[in-house]
Amino acid sequence: MIPLLGITTQALFAQLLVGLINGAFYALLSLGLAVIFGMLNIVNFAHGALYMMGAFAAWFLLNYFHIGYWPALVLAPLGVGLIGMVIERTMLTRLAGLDHIYGLLLTFGIALIIQGLFQNYFGASGQPYPVPDLLKGGANLGFMYLPNYRAWTVLFSIAVCLATWFAIEKTRLGSVLRAATENPQLTRAFGVNVPRLITLTYGFGVGLAALAGVLAAPIYQVRPLMGADLIVVVFAVVVIGGMGSIMGSIVTGLLLGLVEGLTKVFYPQAANTVVFVIMVLVLLVRPAGLFGKKA
Amino acid sequence: MKHLVAGAALGLMLTGAAFAQEKVVNVGVLTDMSGPYADVGGAGSTVAAQMAIDDSGLIAKGWKINLISADHQNKVDVGSNLAREWIDQGKADVILDSLNSGVALAVNQIVKEKNKVFLVSGAASSDLTGKSCSPNTIHWTYDTFSQANGTGKALTKAGGDSWYFITADYAFGKALERDTTAVVKATGGKVLGDVMAPLNNADFSSQLLQAQASKAKVIGLANAGADTANAIKQAAEFGITQGGQNLAALLMFITDVHALGLQAAQGLDFTTAYYWDLNDKTRDFGNRFAQKMKNGAKPSMVQAGVYSALIHYLKAVEALGPTGDGAAIVSTMKSMPTEDEAMGKGYIRQDGRKIHPMYLLQVKKPSESKYPWDYAKVVLTLPGEEAFRPLAQSECPLVKK
Repeated sequence: MIPLLGITTQALFAQLLVGLINGAFYALLSLGLAVIFGMLNIVNFAHGALYMMGAFAAWFLLNYFHIGYWPALVLAPLGVGLIGMVIERTMLTRLAGLDHIYGLLLTFGIALIIQGLFQNYFGASGQPYPVPDLLKGGANLGFMYLPNYRAWTVLFSIAVCLATWFAIEKTRLGSVLRAATENPQLTRAFGVNVPRLITLTYGFGVGLAALAGVLAAPIYQVRPLMGADLIVVVFAVVVIGGMGSIMGSIVTGLLLGLVEGLTKVFYPQAANTVVFVIMVLVLLVRPAGLFGKKA
Repeated sequence: MKHLVAGAALGLMLTGAAFAQEKVVNVGVLTDMSGPYADVGGAGSTVAAQMAIDDSGLIAKGWKINLISADHQNKVDVGSNLAREWIDQGKADVILDSLNSGVALAVNQIVKEKNKVFLVSGAASSDLTGKSCSPNTIHWTYDTFSQANGTGKALTKAGGDSWYFITADYAFGKALERDTTAVVKATGGKVLGDVMAPLNNADFSSQLLQAQASKAKVIGLANAGADTANAIKQAAEFGITQGGQNLAALLMFITDVHALGLQAAQGLDFTTAYYWDLNDKTRDFGNRFAQKMKNGAKPSMVQAGVYSALIHYLKAVEALGPTGDGAAIVSTMKSMPTEDEAMGKGYIRQDGRKIHPMYLLQVKKPSESKYPWDYAKVVLTLPGEEAFRPLAQSECPLVKK
């Protein structure tokens, strides 16, 4: 353990920035979950596996088709999103109106199958994916060396998060979507194809997970369990933020990244549990989450 | 009279059981099948065990050998329960691999209690032949001392006289850091600090930044498997080596090099008991193994060690005849020199340490690699007597001083 006074402000800033980077990932992943829960009322436990598939999609594109990072940033989410829509159409749609627990079990099962298949073919240690040439290297900020690629992930994820929030909360499409969630029957009466809207929304949420996967590929090893390790934390983020709250998941994701970064400095042993401690505290004080509306 | 009949019946049953036990060996491979170490051991450890059974020739001599395997999930309770269940239900006379020091230290106790045999290949903690040594356990392939003594000493001698550790936060990482610290200090270096990271940690940027700020010449990675791969990959991202600091992968396996790719791993030193491309025999074993693997992977030293250990165990069992006495088998194993295709010649010390040469390898540059899995070149061969902790320093109660 490092004593409190031993921390220089430089180290503190560095850890805060690293926390922000991780927070950006949390935000992007929990955003997808929040969209899916908010619109479909499904607790999507397959999210981690789909995030992993996004990273593997980028790897496939590079190794089998020589398609680099930038096109993969678009193609992988589209491909994986399409797979997500197939999952929604063939399986999840049958669970409409049933208790949450069924959706949870189904998506959890799907996650296990996907991860098992990938592990069978690719092993546990995974595959390397290089940082794109344009973003190689880094900048010395004085208090830390910031790799260009990490800076890019933070800016890009925050941009995507805000765009999503805007699309859902401030545009006409978003208002139709919210109406479809609130009262599907009435929305149908207005001539909106609600089932198609729901399928597209699930596909979009899955696409966000895959996008996070592509962003993660150059940082982490691309390996079958990369999502399984992350998904529990991301769920905690969603619960703290308030299930289904779009802005809640974005802000909470970034905040928890920062808190985790600080914990790594002051008491590293607790870095893995601090998120859950906060979750317990939040549930005790505000059961609906920080940004959630009371049920 | 009644008692006599009951006694006779009981006697018959016991001899019946003894008959059933005859010429049967139950082998259990307890390993990480799904976690960060699954490529180092995992299904490959079971493949290696099956190869040893096939190569031993015991089946042709009328022995029946059963092989089971299971995933301990890197959880001490899961591993302990499996070991206990296997032994209690007669499914395992010998337990192999146990790729996780936490699990291995627990299973070590259970096997000793039940007088079976424990052949550790994957777990690293040198405590298994130190203060936790057991008459039923042989530590086969490598340990934290041999890793420290190989990679740690070489880097310190090459001018890396100040160290900072990034350590896996459990029994293994702590043992590896402790043993490396001792070697670094003995070689004239100093340790500036350390930071813990949990097992299966994806993001090492926080730890790497602290290591970078320490200005230590060498950053020692006291972790393994996917953790090492992630740490090395991210160290490149943060410009650690460009800044003049060296990375020391204190425990790196060939499967990690494969996962990282030569571009990221080039120039790293690592210490190993087995490398497939050492000589004709190791190549032959490596190729046979790779053919049985779904992904065509060459064996890691852990998998080679499972093979080597089981070959020797089966030799001892054949020499001794059927017995349920694990300690007797282990002492027979200690009395015989070891020899097999994968790890060559060696012997087993009284503290349960298997002795053989260790190789300090360096990962090749991408341009030097001529064929698949051509990943490393030998820098130094350490004779067994130098590679492992001398008996004089042993804390093992089995060692008579």
